[in-house]
Amino acid sequence: MRYVKAENVAEVVQLLQDEVGVARVLAGGTDVLVQLKMGMVEPDLIVDIKHLEGIKDIVSEDGGYRIGAAVSGAELGEHAGVVALWPGVVEGVELIGSTQVQGRATMAGNLCNGSPAADSVPGLVAADAVVRIAGPDGVRDCAVLDIPVSPGKISLTKGEFITSIFLPKRPERASDAYLRFIPRTEMDIAVAAAGVSLELDADGTCTAARVSLGAVAPTVLLVEEAANAIIGTKLDEASLEILAAACSAVCNPIDDKRGTIEFRTEIAGVLAKRAALIAYKRAGGQ
Amino acid sequence: MKNIHVSTTVNGDPTEFICAPDESLLDVLRDRLRLTGSKEGCGSGDCGACSVMVDGRLVCSCLVLGAEAEGAKIETIEGMAKGDDLHPLQQHFIDGAALQCGICTPGILVAAKALLEKNPNPTDTEVRYWLAGNLCRCTGYDKIIKAVQAAAAEMRGA
Repeated sequence: MRYVKAENVAEVVQLLQDEVGVARVLAGGTDVLVQLKMGMVEPDLIVDIKHLEGIKDIVSEDGGYRIGAAVSGAELGEHAGVVALWPGVVEGVELIGSTQVQGRATMAGNLCNGSPAADSVPGLVAADAVVRIAGPDGVRDCAVLDIPVSPGKISLTKGEFITSIFLPKRPERASDAYLRFIPRTEMDIAVAAAGVSLELDADGTCTAARVSLGAVAPTVLLVEEAANAIIGTKLDEASLEILAAACSAVCNPIDDKRGTIEFRTEIAGVLAKRAALIAYKRAGGQ
Repeated sequence: MKNIHVSTTVNGDPTEFICAPDESLLDVLRDRLRLTGSKEGCGSGDCGACSVMVDGRLVCSCLVLGAEAEGAKIETIEGMAKGDDLHPLQQHFIDGAALQCGICTPGILVAAKALLEKNPNPTDTEVRYWLAGNLCRCTGYDKIIKAVQAAAAEMRGA
């Protein structure tokens, strides 16, 4: 195995493109190095991207924030601006692992690991976040929703890697929330999860919403029917029931020791409902 | 595998070592630098026994490559006492019997020190969440939380 501390984006792309064996990008390493140690992957090349210019920066852009691919969960959680604008995204990221893992783990890594239960991904999908990808053909932007393909597989092609994630601006009365179910209070993998982002008008009526689910299908889900159930409402109980039912209807989970199909399907709707109410309150709804 | 030469700083001392590209920082600290205070419990970032600070961030050294230490500032349990003077956390762990076998203790001390630097007056709940990544098989967490709080009180001058 070779370890290369890359100096610039072009070098990373070249290294990844030229490697005939297995290459892995290293930012926080909290997935890659575990997989390496467990023998799940035997990389021929590790490219450390932490030292690229701007890759650890959070910068304001068009009223939103561009978050470098190597920004850790701890760094994100300390950024008052991102926490204020996208609290649901941040709370999803902060649920990943322990304090120690937060010191290293990144959103981009969580996304690229391709787990259906990745805690940062439903929040990013609800936020309609966009990743910036560098590759042999230059730079392209892609919606987070289009990155996961199947468990452990993502849509990036050879030579490509994520350089940043963009969280867009939002109107004044808007917020988001993320909730997951785990069998204990810390340090576990989501059995089911929901992210909700919404915008309200002056009287508290929901004017726009995005609802996403994690851990209940091979990839993260965006549930438009669930969002439509609360748009035009003040999140009354009847609308929330329709939202929950729409979420449960699209679930296609696995059955394992941590949760049955029935449980995951039902709880996904419950979590979406509760996350919607938290987002509503954060957005200033009564 | 071609070995890598790394220049770093460990507990304030400029340090150089040679390591394999897939060698963890934990293995470097223990086997090459003979700093055996950091322990390997799980080797997968679950137990926290290998906790160290890298550039001011609490991390599991089993999930850091030795090569990544290039140019970084590493702080380990060995740098916690000043000569013969134990850090208040170390003293309170002894006074409060907050350890039995001691394998998890170095990691917990490093993690607790990081917490108190960020939050000098944490609630018990905040201590428990912060230390959720430090597993202890024998003490039971109650004495650990109490020792951290006693040290925090002393450090605040209370």
